Amino acid sequence: MANKPQLSIYWAASCGGCEIAILNLHERLLDLDAAFDLVFCPCLLDTKKKDIEALPDRSIALTLVNGALRTGENREMARLLRRKSQLLIGFGACAHQGGIPALANLDPAGPLPAIYLEGPTTPNPARTLPLPETTVPEGTLQLPPFLGRVAPLAEEVAVDYFIPGCPPEPEQVWKALDPVIQGKPLPPLGSALGAGRSAVCAECGRRKREKKISRFHRTWEIVPDPEQCLLDQGLVCMGPATRDGCGALCPQVSMPCTGCYGPPEGVADQGAAMVAALGSILDIGPITGLSPEEIAARIDEVLGSLPDAAGTFYKYSLAGSLLKGRLP
Amino acid sequence: MTEPAFEPRIIGFLCNWCSYAGADKAGAAQVPYPPHVHFVRVMCTGRIDPHFVLQAFAQGADGVVILACHPGDCHYKEGNLRALQRHRLLLRLLGQLGIGEERCRFDYVSAAEGDKLAAVVGDLVKMIRAAGPLPVRPEQEIGRD
Repeated sequence: MANKPQLSIYWAASCGGCEIAILNLHERLLDLDAAFDLVFCPCLLDTKKKDIEALPDRSIALTLVNGALRTGENREMARLLRRKSQLLIGFGACAHQGGIPALANLDPAGPLPAIYLEGPTTPNPARTLPLPETTVPEGTLQLPPFLGRVAPLAEEVAVDYFIPGCPPEPEQVWKALDPVIQGKPLPPLGSALGAGRSAVCAECGRRKREKKISRFHRTWEIVPDPEQCLLDQGLVCMGPATRDGCGALCPQVSMPCTGCYGPPEGVADQGAAMVAALGSILDIGPITGLSPEEIAARIDEVLGSLPDAAGTFYKYSLAGSLLKGRLP
Repeated sequence: MTEPAFEPRIIGFLCNWCSYAGADKAGAAQVPYPPHVHFVRVMCTGRIDPHFVLQAFAQGADGVVILACHPGDCHYKEGNLRALQRHRLLLRLLGQLGIGEERCRFDYVSAAEGDKLAAVVGDLVKMIRAAGPLPVRPEQEIGRD
Protein backbone atom coordinates (compact mmCIF):
# COMPACT_ATOMS: atom_id res chain seq x y z
CA MET A 1 0.00 0.00 0.00
CA ALA A 2 2.80 2.36 0.87
CA ASN A 3 4.22 1.88 -2.61
CA LYS A 4 1.13 3.01 -4.45
CA PRO A 5 1.13 6.56 -5.82
CA GLN A 6 -0.87 8.97 -3.72
CA LEU A 7 -4.16 10.61 -4.65
CA SER A 8 -5.83 13.57 -2.97
CA ILE A 9 -9.28 15.04 -3.57
CA TYR A 10 -10.14 18.47 -2.24
CA TRP A 11 -13.29 20.57 -2.31
CA ALA A 12 -13.12 24.35 -2.33
CA ALA A 13 -16.33 26.38 -2.92
CA SER A 14 -18.45 23.52 -4.19
CA CYS A 15 -21.53 21.49 -3.39
CA GLY A 16 -20.13 17.98 -2.99
CA GLY A 17 -21.56 16.87 -6.32
CA CYS A 18 -18.09 16.31 -7.73
CA GLU A 19 -17.38 13.73 -5.02
CA ILE A 20 -20.64 12.04 -6.08
CA ALA A 21 -19.39 12.19 -9.67
CA ILE A 22 -16.32 10.22 -8.58
CA LEU A 23 -18.58 7.77 -6.75
CA ASN A 24 -20.49 7.40 -10.04
CA LEU A 25 -17.46 5.63 -11.45
CA HIS A 26 -19.10 2.56 -9.84
CA GLU A 27 -16.96 -0.56 -10.23
CA ARG A 28 -14.13 1.52 -11.70
CA LEU A 29 -13.67 2.91 -8.19
CA LEU A 30 -11.92 -0.39 -7.53
CA ASP A 31 -9.50 0.34 -10.38
CA LEU A 32 -8.93 3.82 -8.95
CA ASP A 33 -8.31 2.30 -5.53
CA ALA A 34 -5.98 -0.30 -7.01
CA ALA A 35 -3.93 2.44 -8.67
CA PHE A 36 -3.80 5.01 -5.87
CA ASP A 37 -3.58 5.40 -2.16
CA LEU A 38 -6.11 8.08 -1.17
CA VAL A 39 -4.28 10.31 1.31
CA PHE A 40 -6.54 13.33 1.59
CA CYS A 41 -10.25 13.91 0.98
CA PRO A 42 -12.19 15.98 3.53
CA CYS A 43 -15.42 14.38 2.30
CA LEU A 44 -14.24 10.86 3.15
CA LEU A 45 -11.13 10.85 5.33
CA ASP A 46 -10.03 12.45 8.53
CA THR A 47 -6.52 13.42 7.42
CA LYS A 48 -5.85 17.04 8.32
CA LYS A 49 -4.09 19.94 6.73
CA LYS A 50 -1.07 19.40 8.96
CA ASP A 51 -0.74 15.84 7.60
CA ILE A 52 -0.48 17.25 4.09
CA GLU A 53 1.95 19.94 5.24
CA ALA A 54 4.16 17.19 6.67
CA LEU A 55 4.47 15.46 3.27
CA PRO A 56 7.47 16.22 1.06
CA ASP A 57 6.78 18.59 -1.84
CA ARG A 58 5.50 16.89 -5.01
CA SER A 59 4.90 13.66 -3.16
CA ILE A 60 1.21 13.36 -4.10
CA ALA A 61 1.00 11.93 -7.61
CA LEU A 62 -2.44 13.30 -8.46
CA THR A 63 -4.71 15.89 -6.87
CA LEU A 64 -8.26 16.55 -8.00
CA VAL A 65 -9.52 19.94 -6.83
CA ASN A 66 -13.17 20.75 -7.28
CA GLY A 67 -14.85 24.03 -6.40
CA ALA A 68 -14.12 27.69 -7.02
CA LEU A 69 -11.97 29.91 -4.81
CA ARG A 70 -14.28 31.76 -2.46
CA THR A 71 -12.43 32.13 0.82
CA GLY A 72 -8.89 32.54 2.05
CA GLU A 73 -9.05 28.91 3.16
CA ASN A 74 -9.83 27.74 -0.39
CA ARG A 75 -6.86 29.67 -1.67
CA GLU A 76 -4.50 28.43 1.02
CA MET A 77 -5.47 24.80 0.39
CA ALA A 78 -5.10 25.25 -3.38
CA ARG A 79 -1.57 26.56 -2.91
CA LEU A 80 -0.66 23.84 -0.44
CA LEU A 81 -1.95 21.06 -2.68
CA ARG A 82 -0.24 22.57 -5.71
CA ARG A 83 3.06 22.47 -3.84
CA LYS A 84 2.59 18.89 -2.70
CA SER A 85 1.31 17.47 -6.00
CA GLN A 86 2.93 16.40 -9.23
CA LEU A 87 -0.27 16.65 -11.24
CA LEU A 88 -3.09 18.99 -10.25
CA ILE A 89 -6.40 18.67 -12.10
CA GLY A 90 -9.26 21.13 -11.77
CA PHE A 91 -12.29 18.88 -11.45
CA GLY A 92 -15.71 20.18 -12.48
CA ALA A 93 -17.21 23.45 -13.64
CA CYS A 94 -16.47 25.44 -10.46
CA ALA A 95 -12.72 24.79 -10.51
CA HIS A 96 -12.72 25.38 -14.27
CA GLN A 97 -14.66 28.67 -14.64
CA GLY A 98 -16.18 29.42 -11.24
CA GLY A 99 -19.40 27.47 -11.71
CA ILE A 100 -22.61 28.33 -9.88
CA PRO A 101 -20.80 29.93 -6.88
CA ALA A 102 -19.33 32.52 -9.28
CA LEU A 103 -22.79 33.97 -9.94
CA ALA A 104 -22.06 35.77 -6.66
CA ASN A 105 -19.79 37.99 -8.76
CA LEU A 106 -22.94 39.69 -10.08
CA ASP A 107 -23.25 41.27 -6.61
CA PRO A 108 -20.13 43.26 -5.76
CA ALA A 109 -21.42 43.89 -2.21
CA GLY A 110 -20.49 40.28 -1.41
CA PRO A 111 -22.66 37.65 0.22
CA LEU A 112 -22.79 38.94 3.79
CA PRO A 113 -25.42 41.73 3.54
CA ALA A 114 -27.83 39.52 1.60
CA ILE A 115 -27.50 36.64 4.06
CA TYR A 116 -27.18 38.42 7.42
CA LEU A 117 -28.95 41.75 6.96
CA GLU A 118 -31.55 41.40 4.21
CA GLY A 119 -32.70 37.80 4.63
CA PRO A 120 -36.44 37.88 5.48
CA THR A 121 -36.10 34.91 7.83
CA THR A 122 -32.97 36.18 9.59
CA PRO A 123 -33.90 38.67 12.34
CA ASN A 124 -30.68 40.53 13.10
CA PRO A 125 -31.59 43.84 14.79
CA ALA A 126 -28.05 44.31 16.10
CA ARG A 127 -26.81 43.91 12.50
CA THR A 128 -24.16 41.42 13.55
CA LEU A 129 -21.84 40.28 10.79
CA PRO A 130 -19.29 37.49 10.96
CA LEU A 131 -15.75 38.84 11.21
CA PRO A 132 -12.47 37.24 10.19
CA GLU A 133 -11.28 37.76 13.75
CA THR A 134 -13.23 37.86 17.02
CA THR A 135 -11.69 38.27 20.44
CA VAL A 136 -13.29 36.33 23.28
CA PRO A 137 -11.99 35.86 26.85
CA GLU A 138 -10.34 32.59 25.81
CA GLY A 139 -8.41 34.17 22.94
CA THR A 140 -8.89 35.17 19.30
CA LEU A 141 -11.17 33.18 17.02
CA GLN A 142 -10.52 33.23 13.31
CA LEU A 143 -12.70 32.56 10.28
CA PRO A 144 -11.34 32.43 6.74
CA PRO A 145 -12.15 35.77 5.04
CA PHE A 146 -14.10 36.00 1.79
CA LEU A 147 -12.02 36.91 -1.24
CA GLY A 148 -13.04 40.07 -3.10
CA ARG A 149 -14.74 37.91 -5.71
CA VAL A 150 -15.09 34.25 -6.65
CA ALA A 151 -12.12 33.15 -8.76
CA PRO A 152 -11.40 30.06 -10.82
CA LEU A 153 -8.67 27.76 -9.56
CA ALA A 154 -6.23 28.71 -12.32
CA GLU A 155 -6.22 32.34 -11.23
CA GLU A 156 -4.28 31.38 -8.11
CA VAL A 157 -2.28 28.23 -8.91
CA ALA A 158 -0.96 26.52 -12.03
CA VAL A 159 -3.55 23.93 -13.04
CA ASP A 160 -2.26 21.13 -15.27
CA TYR A 161 -5.61 19.98 -16.71
CA PHE A 162 -9.33 20.52 -16.42
CA ILE A 163 -12.17 18.07 -16.35
CA PRO A 164 -15.17 20.31 -17.15
CA GLY A 165 -18.80 19.66 -16.28
CA CYS A 166 -21.35 20.08 -13.51
CA PRO A 167 -20.70 17.42 -12.59
CA PRO A 168 -18.35 15.69 -15.05
CA GLU A 169 -19.92 12.56 -16.50
CA PRO A 170 -18.44 9.25 -15.25
CA GLU A 171 -17.31 8.20 -18.75
CA GLN A 172 -15.53 11.53 -19.11
CA VAL A 173 -13.92 11.23 -15.70
CA TRP A 174 -12.63 7.81 -16.60
CA LYS A 175 -11.44 8.95 -20.01
CA ALA A 176 -9.41 11.58 -18.14
CA LEU A 177 -8.11 9.41 -15.29
CA ASP A 178 -7.33 6.25 -17.22
CA PRO A 179 -4.36 7.69 -19.19
CA VAL A 180 -2.99 9.12 -15.93
CA ILE A 181 -3.22 5.69 -14.27
CA GLN A 182 -1.77 3.90 -17.30
CA GLY A 183 1.04 6.43 -17.59
CA LYS A 184 0.03 7.18 -21.19
CA PRO A 185 1.12 10.46 -22.78
CA LEU A 186 -1.18 13.34 -21.86
CA PRO A 187 -2.27 16.25 -24.06
CA PRO A 188 -0.55 19.65 -23.76
CA LEU A 189 -0.77 21.25 -20.31
CA GLY A 190 -3.86 23.36 -19.77
CA SER A 191 -6.10 21.16 -21.93
CA ALA A 192 -9.53 19.90 -20.99
CA LEU A 193 -9.35 16.16 -20.29
CA GLY A 194 -12.07 13.73 -21.25
CA ALA A 195 -14.20 16.33 -23.05
CA GLY A 196 -14.60 17.37 -26.68
CA ARG A 197 -13.37 20.49 -28.46
CA SER A 198 -16.48 21.47 -30.38
CA ALA A 199 -19.98 22.53 -29.27
CA VAL A 200 -22.76 20.45 -27.74
CA CYS A 201 -24.77 20.88 -30.97
CA ALA A 202 -22.14 18.74 -32.72
CA GLU A 203 -23.21 15.68 -30.74
CA CYS A 204 -26.87 16.56 -30.28
CA GLY A 205 -29.09 14.35 -32.44
CA ARG A 206 -32.02 16.75 -32.70
CA ARG A 207 -33.18 17.90 -36.13
CA LYS A 208 -31.91 21.37 -36.95
CA ARG A 209 -33.22 23.84 -39.50
CA GLU A 210 -32.56 27.45 -40.48
CA LYS A 211 -33.30 29.20 -37.20
CA LYS A 212 -35.64 32.16 -36.75
CA ILE A 213 -36.83 32.96 -33.25
CA SER A 214 -39.60 35.47 -32.66
CA ARG A 215 -40.05 34.72 -28.97
CA PHE A 216 -38.09 32.87 -26.30
CA HIS A 217 -39.81 30.43 -23.99
CA ARG A 218 -38.92 29.26 -20.52
CA THR A 219 -38.84 25.50 -20.07
CA TRP A 220 -42.16 25.36 -18.23
CA GLU A 221 -44.04 27.37 -20.84
CA ILE A 222 -44.04 24.87 -23.70
CA VAL A 223 -43.91 21.14 -24.29
CA PRO A 224 -41.14 20.91 -26.89
CA ASP A 225 -41.28 18.69 -29.95
CA PRO A 226 -39.15 15.62 -29.13
CA GLU A 227 -37.13 15.65 -32.37
CA GLN A 228 -36.68 19.32 -33.29
CA CYS A 229 -33.73 21.41 -32.11
CA LEU A 230 -34.72 23.10 -28.82
CA LEU A 231 -33.29 26.45 -29.87
CA ASP A 232 -35.45 26.29 -33.03
CA GLN A 233 -38.42 26.05 -30.69
CA GLY A 234 -37.43 29.15 -28.75
CA LEU A 235 -35.88 27.49 -25.70
CA VAL A 236 -32.58 29.12 -24.77
CA CYS A 237 -30.31 26.13 -25.27
CA MET A 238 -26.65 26.94 -24.56
CA GLY A 239 -25.50 24.17 -26.92
CA PRO A 240 -23.92 26.50 -29.52
CA ALA A 241 -21.73 28.15 -26.84
CA THR A 242 -20.83 25.06 -24.78
CA ARG A 243 -18.06 22.46 -25.07
CA ASP A 244 -19.20 18.99 -26.07
CA GLY A 245 -18.23 15.72 -24.47
CA CYS A 246 -21.27 15.15 -22.27
CA GLY A 247 -23.18 13.34 -25.02
CA ALA A 248 -25.81 16.12 -25.19
CA LEU A 249 -27.61 14.45 -22.29
CA CYS A 250 -29.92 17.32 -21.39
CA PRO A 251 -31.26 18.11 -24.90
CA GLN A 252 -31.85 14.37 -25.36
CA VAL A 253 -34.46 14.53 -22.61
CA SER A 254 -35.90 17.86 -23.81
CA MET A 255 -34.08 20.05 -21.31
CA PRO A 256 -32.06 22.85 -22.93
CA CYS A 257 -28.31 22.81 -22.32
CA THR A 258 -27.39 25.16 -19.48
CA GLY A 259 -23.71 25.35 -20.42
CA CYS A 260 -21.97 23.37 -17.67
CA TYR A 261 -18.98 22.25 -19.79
CA GLY A 262 -17.97 25.90 -20.31
CA PRO A 263 -17.06 27.49 -23.64
CA PRO A 264 -15.78 25.33 -26.54
CA GLU A 265 -12.06 25.08 -27.32
CA GLY A 266 -10.63 28.46 -28.33
CA VAL A 267 -13.63 30.49 -27.12
CA ALA A 268 -12.70 32.95 -24.37
CA ASP A 269 -16.15 33.95 -23.19
CA GLN A 270 -19.29 31.84 -23.13
CA GLY A 271 -21.59 34.86 -22.83
CA ALA A 272 -20.07 36.55 -25.88
CA ALA A 273 -20.42 33.32 -27.87
CA MET A 274 -24.09 33.07 -26.92
CA VAL A 275 -24.78 36.73 -27.77
CA ALA A 276 -23.18 36.11 -31.17
CA ALA A 277 -25.28 32.99 -31.72
CA LEU A 278 -28.64 34.40 -30.61
CA GLY A 279 -28.07 37.79 -32.23
CA SER A 280 -28.07 36.24 -35.67
CA ILE A 281 -31.25 34.17 -35.37
CA LEU A 282 -33.83 36.64 -34.06
CA ASP A 283 -36.94 37.03 -36.18
CA ILE A 284 -38.20 40.59 -35.94
CA GLY A 285 -40.38 40.48 -39.06
CA PRO A 286 -40.11 42.76 -42.12
CA ILE A 287 -38.29 46.01 -41.36
CA THR A 288 -38.53 47.84 -44.69
CA GLY A 289 -39.55 51.42 -44.07
CA LEU A 290 -39.10 51.28 -40.30
CA SER A 291 -37.05 53.96 -38.54
CA PRO A 292 -33.87 52.89 -36.66
CA GLU A 293 -35.75 53.42 -33.38
CA GLU A 294 -38.60 51.18 -34.50
CA ILE A 295 -36.17 48.45 -35.55
CA ALA A 296 -34.41 48.60 -32.18
CA ALA A 297 -37.80 48.45 -30.42
CA ARG A 298 -38.76 45.34 -32.43
CA ILE A 299 -35.53 43.64 -31.32
CA ASP A 300 -36.09 44.64 -27.71
CA GLU A 301 -39.59 43.18 -27.88
CA VAL A 302 -38.18 39.76 -28.84
CA LEU A 303 -35.39 40.04 -26.25
CA GLY A 304 -37.93 40.95 -23.58
CA SER A 305 -38.86 37.25 -23.43
CA LEU A 306 -35.32 36.41 -22.30
CA PRO A 307 -34.91 37.34 -18.65
CA ASP A 308 -31.50 37.38 -16.95
CA ALA A 309 -29.03 37.24 -19.82
CA ALA A 310 -25.96 37.14 -17.55
CA GLY A 311 -27.36 34.42 -15.29
CA THR A 312 -28.31 32.30 -18.30
CA PHE A 313 -25.20 32.75 -20.45
CA TYR A 314 -22.68 32.68 -17.60
CA LYS A 315 -24.41 30.16 -15.35
CA TYR A 316 -21.18 28.19 -14.93
CA SER A 317 -18.48 30.46 -16.36
CA LEU A 318 -18.76 33.97 -14.92
CA ALA A 319 -15.51 33.87 -12.92
CA GLY A 320 -13.61 32.69 -15.99
CA SER A 321 -15.24 35.20 -18.38
CA LEU A 322 -13.52 38.25 -19.81
CA LEU A 323 -15.03 40.66 -17.27
CA LYS A 324 -15.05 38.08 -14.39
CA GLY A 325 -18.28 39.53 -12.97
CA ARG A 326 -19.96 42.87 -12.34
CA LEU A 327 -17.50 45.75 -12.29
CA PRO A 328 -17.15 47.50 -8.92
CA MET B 1 -0.72 70.04 -8.74
CA THR B 2 -4.21 69.46 -10.06
CA GLU B 3 -5.48 66.07 -11.17
CA PRO B 4 -5.13 65.74 -14.97
CA ALA B 5 -8.48 65.94 -16.77
CA PHE B 6 -10.10 62.60 -17.64
CA GLU B 7 -9.46 61.79 -21.30
CA PRO B 8 -11.63 58.82 -22.30
CA ARG B 9 -10.24 55.93 -24.30
CA ILE B 10 -12.83 54.73 -26.78
CA ILE B 11 -12.67 51.90 -29.30
CA GLY B 12 -14.71 52.35 -32.48
CA PHE B 13 -15.57 49.48 -34.82
CA LEU B 14 -16.40 50.94 -38.24
CA CYS B 15 -17.78 49.19 -41.28
CA ASN B 16 -15.44 49.32 -44.26
CA TRP B 17 -18.08 50.30 -46.80
CA CYS B 18 -19.98 53.11 -45.07
CA SER B 19 -18.76 54.40 -41.73
CA TYR B 20 -15.02 54.08 -42.30
CA ALA B 21 -15.48 55.85 -45.62
CA GLY B 22 -17.50 58.43 -43.69
CA ALA B 23 -14.56 58.91 -41.33
CA ASP B 24 -12.27 59.30 -44.35
CA LYS B 25 -14.64 61.91 -45.67
CA ALA B 26 -14.59 63.78 -42.36
CA GLY B 27 -10.80 63.66 -42.50
CA ALA B 28 -10.59 64.83 -46.10
CA ALA B 29 -13.01 67.67 -45.40
CA GLN B 30 -11.03 68.54 -42.25
CA VAL B 31 -14.14 68.40 -40.06
CA PRO B 32 -12.78 68.62 -36.52
CA TYR B 33 -13.74 65.87 -34.07
CA PRO B 34 -12.22 64.74 -30.75
CA PRO B 35 -9.24 62.34 -31.02
CA HIS B 36 -10.38 59.92 -28.29
CA VAL B 37 -11.84 57.22 -30.51
CA HIS B 38 -9.46 54.58 -31.88
CA PHE B 39 -11.04 53.37 -35.10
CA VAL B 40 -10.86 49.72 -36.05
CA ARG B 41 -11.97 49.00 -39.60
CA VAL B 42 -14.00 45.82 -40.05
CA MET B 43 -15.35 44.48 -43.33
CA CYS B 44 -18.89 44.54 -41.95
CA THR B 45 -20.39 45.29 -38.53
CA GLY B 46 -21.80 41.76 -38.73
CA ARG B 47 -18.17 40.68 -38.31
CA ILE B 48 -17.98 42.23 -34.84
CA ASP B 49 -17.83 39.33 -32.44
CA PRO B 50 -19.20 40.35 -29.01
CA HIS B 51 -15.83 39.10 -27.74
CA PHE B 52 -14.24 42.21 -29.31
CA VAL B 53 -16.43 44.52 -27.24
CA LEU B 54 -15.97 42.59 -23.99
CA GLN B 55 -12.24 42.39 -24.65
CA ALA B 56 -12.08 46.17 -25.15
CA PHE B 57 -13.79 46.75 -21.80
CA ALA B 58 -11.70 44.06 -20.09
CA GLN B 59 -8.57 45.88 -21.28
CA GLY B 60 -9.77 49.20 -19.93
CA ALA B 61 -11.66 50.98 -22.71
CA ASP B 62 -14.03 53.58 -21.26
CA GLY B 63 -16.40 53.18 -24.18
CA VAL B 64 -17.07 51.29 -27.39
CA VAL B 65 -18.87 52.53 -30.47
CA ILE B 66 -20.09 50.50 -33.42
CA LEU B 67 -20.83 52.44 -36.60
CA ALA B 68 -22.76 50.68 -39.35
CA CYS B 69 -24.37 51.27 -42.74
CA HIS B 70 -27.91 52.60 -42.59
CA PRO B 71 -30.68 49.95 -42.46
CA GLY B 72 -31.07 48.43 -45.92
CA ASP B 73 -27.68 49.69 -47.14
CA CYS B 74 -25.49 46.81 -45.92
CA HIS B 75 -22.98 45.69 -48.55
CA TYR B 76 -23.75 42.10 -47.44
CA LYS B 77 -27.50 42.66 -47.20
CA GLU B 78 -28.14 42.25 -43.47
CA GLY B 79 -24.84 42.32 -41.57
CA ASN B 80 -25.78 45.62 -39.94
CA LEU B 81 -29.08 44.14 -38.71
CA ARG B 82 -27.28 41.21 -37.12
CA ALA B 83 -24.83 43.62 -35.53
CA LEU B 84 -27.72 45.65 -34.11
CA GLN B 85 -29.43 42.52 -32.77
CA ARG B 86 -26.22 41.42 -31.08
CA HIS B 87 -25.71 44.93 -29.75
CA ARG B 88 -29.20 45.10 -28.19
CA LEU B 89 -28.61 41.73 -26.50
CA LEU B 90 -25.09 42.67 -25.45
CA LEU B 91 -26.42 45.84 -23.77
CA ARG B 92 -28.55 43.67 -21.49
CA LEU B 93 -25.54 41.56 -20.59
CA LEU B 94 -23.30 44.60 -20.07
CA GLY B 95 -25.93 46.22 -17.85
CA GLN B 96 -25.82 43.23 -15.51
CA LEU B 97 -22.02 43.44 -15.53
CA GLY B 98 -22.09 47.07 -14.41
CA ILE B 99 -21.46 48.74 -17.78
CA GLY B 100 -24.16 51.24 -18.74
CA GLU B 101 -25.67 51.79 -22.20
CA GLU B 102 -23.86 55.11 -22.57
CA ARG B 103 -20.56 53.24 -22.79
CA CYS B 104 -21.54 50.98 -25.68
CA ARG B 105 -23.14 52.82 -28.55
CA PHE B 106 -24.47 51.75 -31.94
CA ASP B 107 -25.17 54.26 -34.71
CA TYR B 108 -25.42 54.55 -38.46
CA VAL B 109 -23.00 56.61 -40.55
CA SER B 110 -22.97 56.44 -44.34
CA ALA B 111 -19.98 57.10 -46.62
CA ALA B 112 -21.34 60.58 -47.30
CA GLU B 113 -21.91 61.55 -43.67
CA GLY B 114 -18.57 62.97 -42.54
CA ASP B 115 -20.43 65.59 -40.54
CA LYS B 116 -22.56 62.98 -38.81
CA LEU B 117 -19.46 60.99 -37.90
CA ALA B 118 -17.95 64.07 -36.25
CA ALA B 119 -21.24 64.75 -34.44
CA VAL B 120 -21.61 61.17 -33.17
CA VAL B 121 -18.01 61.03 -31.98
CA GLY B 122 -18.26 64.44 -30.33
CA ASP B 123 -21.46 63.48 -28.52
CA LEU B 124 -20.03 60.14 -27.44
CA VAL B 125 -16.89 61.69 -25.99
CA LYS B 126 -19.03 64.18 -24.10
CA MET B 127 -21.24 61.45 -22.65
CA ILE B 128 -18.33 59.25 -21.61
CA ARG B 129 -16.53 62.20 -20.09
CA ALA B 130 -19.64 62.74 -17.97
CA ALA B 131 -19.85 59.05 -17.07
CA GLY B 132 -16.21 59.04 -15.98
CA PRO B 133 -13.60 56.31 -16.32
CA LEU B 134 -14.70 52.69 -16.49
CA PRO B 135 -14.60 51.23 -12.96
CA VAL B 136 -11.46 49.14 -12.65
CA ARG B 137 -11.05 46.03 -10.56
CA PRO B 138 -8.54 46.60 -7.77
CA GLU B 139 -5.20 44.96 -8.59
CA GLN B 140 -5.34 42.93 -5.38
CA GLU B 141 -9.05 42.16 -5.64
CA ILE B 142 -8.88 38.56 -4.58
CA GLY B 143 -6.16 39.52 -2.14
CA ARG B 144 -2.56 38.46 -1.72
CA ASP B 145 -0.90 37.26 1.42
